[in-house]
Amino acid sequence: MLSFTIRRLLQAIPILLGVSILVFLMVQMIPGNALDLMLPSDAPKDLIEKMKAEYGFDKPLWQQYLRWLWMLLHGDLGVSIFDSTPVAATLFDALGNTFVLAIPAAVLGFGLGIFFGVTAALNNGKAADKALSMVSITGVSLPHYWFAIVLVVIFSVELNWLPAQGMQFDTLPSTVEGLKSMVLPVITLSLIPMGVVSRVVRAAVLEVMSQEFVNTLNAKGLWSRSVLGHILKNAAPATLAVMGLQFGYLLGGSILVETVFNWPGSGNLLNLAIFRRDIPVMQGTILVLAAFFVLLNLVVDVAQALIDPRIRR
Amino acid sequence: MKFSLKGAVAGLLLGTMLGSGGAWADGGTLRIAMTAADVPTTTGMPNNGFEGMRFLGYTVFEPLIDWDLSDPSKPADLRPGLAESWEVDPADQTRWTFHLRKGVKFHDGSDFNADAVIWNLDRFFDDKSPQFDANGSAITRGRNPLMKSWKKIDDYTVEIDTKYPASYFPYIICYTLIASPAAFAAAGNDWAKFAQAPAGTGPFRITKVTPRVSVELARNDAYWNPARVPKLDKVVLLPMPEATTRLAALRSGQVDWIEVPPPDAIPSLKSAGFNVVTGVYPHDWPWEWDVSEGSPFHDVRVRQAANYAIDRDGLVQMLNGTAIPAKGWYTPDHPLFGHPKNDYTYDPDKARALLKEAGYGPDHPLKAKILTSTSGSGQMQPVQMNEFIQQNLAEVGIDIDLETTEWGTLLVALRNAPGSAPTMGANAINVSFATSDPSWLAKFFHSKNKAPVSSNWGQYSNPEVDAVLDKMELEFDPARRDAYARQVNELITDDAAWLYVVHDMNPRAMTKKVKGFRPAQSWFQDLTSVSME
Repeated sequence: MLSFTIRRLLQAIPILLGVSILVFLMVQMIPGNALDLMLPSDAPKDLIEKMKAEYGFDKPLWQQYLRWLWMLLHGDLGVSIFDSTPVAATLFDALGNTFVLAIPAAVLGFGLGIFFGVTAALNNGKAADKALSMVSITGVSLPHYWFAIVLVVIFSVELNWLPAQGMQFDTLPSTVEGLKSMVLPVITLSLIPMGVVSRVVRAAVLEVMSQEFVNTLNAKGLWSRSVLGHILKNAAPATLAVMGLQFGYLLGGSILVETVFNWPGSGNLLNLAIFRRDIPVMQGTILVLAAFFVLLNLVVDVAQALIDPRIRR
Repeated sequence: MKFSLKGAVAGLLLGTMLGSGGAWADGGTLRIAMTAADVPTTTGMPNNGFEGMRFLGYTVFEPLIDWDLSDPSKPADLRPGLAESWEVDPADQTRWTFHLRKGVKFHDGSDFNADAVIWNLDRFFDDKSPQFDANGSAITRGRNPLMKSWKKIDDYTVEIDTKYPASYFPYIICYTLIASPAAFAAAGNDWAKFAQAPAGTGPFRITKVTPRVSVELARNDAYWNPARVPKLDKVVLLPMPEATTRLAALRSGQVDWIEVPPPDAIPSLKSAGFNVVTGVYPHDWPWEWDVSEGSPFHDVRVRQAANYAIDRDGLVQMLNGTAIPAKGWYTPDHPLFGHPKNDYTYDPDKARALLKEAGYGPDHPLKAKILTSTSGSGQMQPVQMNEFIQQNLAEVGIDIDLETTEWGTLLVALRNAPGSAPTMGANAINVSFATSDPSWLAKFFHSKNKAPVSSNWGQYSNPEVDAVLDKMELEFDPARRDAYARQVNELITDDAAWLYVVHDMNPRAMTKKVKGFRPAQSWFQDLTSVSME
């Protein structure tokens, strides 16, 4: 198990390096850089060129990349070109704000998803199955931002129960106002994981149920509850894989949801950095998010191996 | 109207306070949603363009020469700021002397004097100074490319030399703001730390900065000008780039004031009891077209035809009245508009006739490509507006190919000459601009400023205009300088140097509780007169 984990960790290094090179190159393909966006539209050309040289943008790409990598190896994510603040501080702040939404959204989405999926599978073909399938398809297909705006119109503008936007606390919600500001974004965010997980769980449970060992267990007169336990354990690896991916997406912070709710999370930060061509912020954010993805996959793999000894081999 | 216990209690309390004649009968907290995507930098040189200057520039920090925002009835002009007076040396017109205001203190209690001015100029214009601020410098030098040297004469006199004589230097130095050197030292000589606890001399001081979330300002009771001590206790500034989010925040009572509500929402906002405040300010929403040889817009008759072909009133209607028709570079009622011969009304027949004269017709349509952005500073609703114009022009036989890109890409195109790769083969660029002062005329229309050198993207070159601009640059008498500016506006209007479309009216929506706001004809606004009911 240990060697399995170490092997997977080592495999992550080339992945992260590849991601960072890819991001760096893609950014270069967009016209303009941070200075073009930062300077007033009528700034003279010679000033822009001079500033570009000061920031090292006139150097060959490979030099710029190596410089960034060198700083990274020293634990330095660099400084935002746009506002001179250290990227690491801004980024971890933003990630914290995204986590605050992602964790409850995952709990809500996964919990409902598993419940809906299992219920649908056990009632395969019946009305309950059809109703729940409709709910999950709706969850996957509704555009996030549209749903968010509808929620805001109902609960903020009309009923005035919940704030329309913004994070009403500093790091963790400690007041009722703070908690209230989380409700609408969490519900919006949980929609897709709920839909995806419930569909995967339903399919996985149905597949396991069609296998012969289930018939055997039933035929031997086992209690239906313990049969269900066997079914769920067998359906777990596929579900875990999907949940891992979905949680990764949530940690990335949905750009759309964070935009509608004006939530200062990582999706918001990345969006801003892209429009401003703020390369250090972009690079740092994407790299850390990629690292999360790799780590999550690793956790999922280990969890799967723990549940299912066949995977370990 | 719902009965609210909280409201009743607050009312009682307020009543008691009023009854007792408490000094805090005024005041209150004003919460403003800005369109910026982030909190503008709080170091005394805000990013996020003129919106940053509006809310975190002039409110907290001051320039030597400031904008006079007190009279909403005429375009905002300059007034003494931290300098009480200034003059240019008649013998050497590159030498300016500034006489500084005495008795002014920064928010941290330190004194404002000539040393502070020199220290700030070093901050922006001397790469070698210990307080050099690369970001602030980039923006400041972008607005002020004229600085050559500066020195202290005595504790309250400063001398600045410009690179060449420029009569409009006061309109350029007004973007250079003064921050407290002592507060910078207290912040460990680090601009990022200074941004957390900044100090200027302005009517408001910054009390709390939450990056990407909000900035809180409080009244500066010790402000040097008693007439401009703010009535408000507090201002909270929130970045909210999404128009729908701003609207929801206003309608649900999270903020009291939003910048630029979506035009479609204006009628419903009004009927729900919100005030929608609009006002003319120096803003142009034009097409800057390439007028060089070989461009479809080289022929002045084509340019005039296009100017006659646009139904500006229809466009304004589409924008729910948040703009006024443009007939030249300045707004039609501006003192410097002058009397151009061409009055660009909606006259498709005249447009067709002019096009025919220029050799175009149904069998030989004129084709051109226009580059615009999906959004961006001052761009209003670029896609819908350009499609409207495209339709207008199609009716007179001009076939427009509209290319839409993202704001950053458009800015890059603007900084490169027509025909170069970043401009994507466009014959005109739709970018909005500030037209605050005569210096912009030279940047846009003098042939020496053709892109990529400066902002004359369209390669406009008219010896007559050049000559007047040169005279304007050297005319230090404001009235005579203005006469030249007026003459330039007449010339570039008749020559149709741009496609003049509309001037934005900068809509703002606010609750009825916001009192005393007088929209200045400026990109900047004075919040000191505002109070909350």
